[in-house]
Amino acid sequence: MNWLSEMLSYTFMQRALVVGLLISICAALVGVSLVLRKNSMIGDGLSHTTFGAFAIATVLNFAPLWFAIPIVVIASFFILKLSNSKKANGDALIALLSASSLAIGVMAISLTKGVNIDLNSYLFGSILSIGWSDVWLSLILTIVVVLLYIFAHNRIFAITFDEDFAKAIGIKTNVYDAIFAIICSLVIVFGMRLLGALLISSLIIFPTLIAMQFSKSFGRVVICSVLISVINFVLGLAISYLIASPTGATVVIVNLVVLIVTHIIRRMIQI
Amino acid sequence: MNHAILAKNVSINYGSNKVINSASFVIDEQDFVCIVGANGSGKSTLIKAILGLIKPKAGTISFGEGIDQRSIGFLPQDVKVDLNFPSTVLEIVLSGTLGRLGMKAFYRKSDKLKATEAMKRLGIAKLQDASFPNLSGGQKQKVLLARALTATSKILILDEPSNNLDYKSRKEFYDELKNLNKSGLTIIMITHDLDAEDLIGNKVISIKESKVECCSTSDYLRNYR
Repeated sequence: MNWLSEMLSYTFMQRALVVGLLISICAALVGVSLVLRKNSMIGDGLSHTTFGAFAIATVLNFAPLWFAIPIVVIASFFILKLSNSKKANGDALIALLSASSLAIGVMAISLTKGVNIDLNSYLFGSILSIGWSDVWLSLILTIVVVLLYIFAHNRIFAITFDEDFAKAIGIKTNVYDAIFAIICSLVIVFGMRLLGALLISSLIIFPTLIAMQFSKSFGRVVICSVLISVINFVLGLAISYLIASPTGATVVIVNLVVLIVTHIIRRMIQI
Repeated sequence: MNHAILAKNVSINYGSNKVINSASFVIDEQDFVCIVGANGSGKSTLIKAILGLIKPKAGTISFGEGIDQRSIGFLPQDVKVDLNFPSTVLEIVLSGTLGRLGMKAFYRKSDKLKATEAMKRLGIAKLQDASFPNLSGGQKQKVLLARALTATSKILILDEPSNNLDYKSRKEFYDELKNLNKSGLTIIMITHDLDAEDLIGNKVISIKESKVECCSTSDYLRNYR
């Protein structure tokens, strides 16, 4: 286990581990509702928007995090409204927003001379870019999200299961939608530097899909998806250190393998 | 008899389209009212206005003593649940009590008791840990009815509840509604106007070309069909 103590002796690895664990918890919690309400594409749309915002902020010499947060929060309200709209073709418009944001980001970087930007670290993440401010911001976000789920898990279930009924019994579904939009934006913005614009949304989707393979109640899916998300992140980080592979891609592949294995086991048990 | 719901000159628009035009009616306590009308005539819109989900353009809807919108049990027309949606019967039935839970994080003993009573009454207590998506159409409808019953002891509103039920399940479901009505519950149910067997209440509210009429079921069968 020398490699483990060696891995944890690096400060950048310690920061990556803490931020990754915290973002995994938040992503798994918010992911349950998004996946079950068929709003999974929101994560993808927001991560591409974050990429565009980060690129423009870097080119303009602004602090990327603080520049991206308001833009992504506004985008999340827009995307959520489109997703829930019966009139608009939500999927197509989210795809348009994603592609446009990515194009604007790439164009901004390529047209700017004298700015040294590693495009790969934005697209696929870089654990070297995680600072102490990311640790504190992720910690605050995690505390808020966990408290929200402790105090409102029953209401979140009611909204996720049957929004019309939830409205009828007086639950302010639009308030919860707004809270979800903000949390989802912050998870994407904080997690993007770790996993990258192209991979961060997987952290929202995979844990819920895996937990649903063997949990039949909403409460259990929420708890299991958090545990799965955390375990898979630690596994992915450790493997990426051992075989010197990109962290984001390794975490996604670990999630994919676990999903396939649990799905096969579930099918075998059913037979 | 005291009134449960009193509508006075209620008009509802969707954009420039007038859906309900100056509707006035009284629903007394323990009435069983069937709302009928063609598709798109405004039946669900009227119910949404009673539930407070949409605001009438004109007129008022008021409730009898001790009744407010949060004390109405509601069974929506369609709960489109994915086959893999993780939800147990107990989780769903308990969620009916959320309107009274206020800001509390966890269900109280009284909420659990109410949910258990509703499940026992409808004969689904043994299914409380069962996965909702795996139930039959009739069982699902009973679960959603149990959820509505945990939300109310006064008014129950149902939006086309027999839509996905076969003949036997529909008959059982209607018998249950009649029993609930006899035990003191005011029931308002949107139903198809295709079969007189669906008109199981004592009153009918009919909606045609945004005009709303309220009369006894026997008068409706005699004069309007």
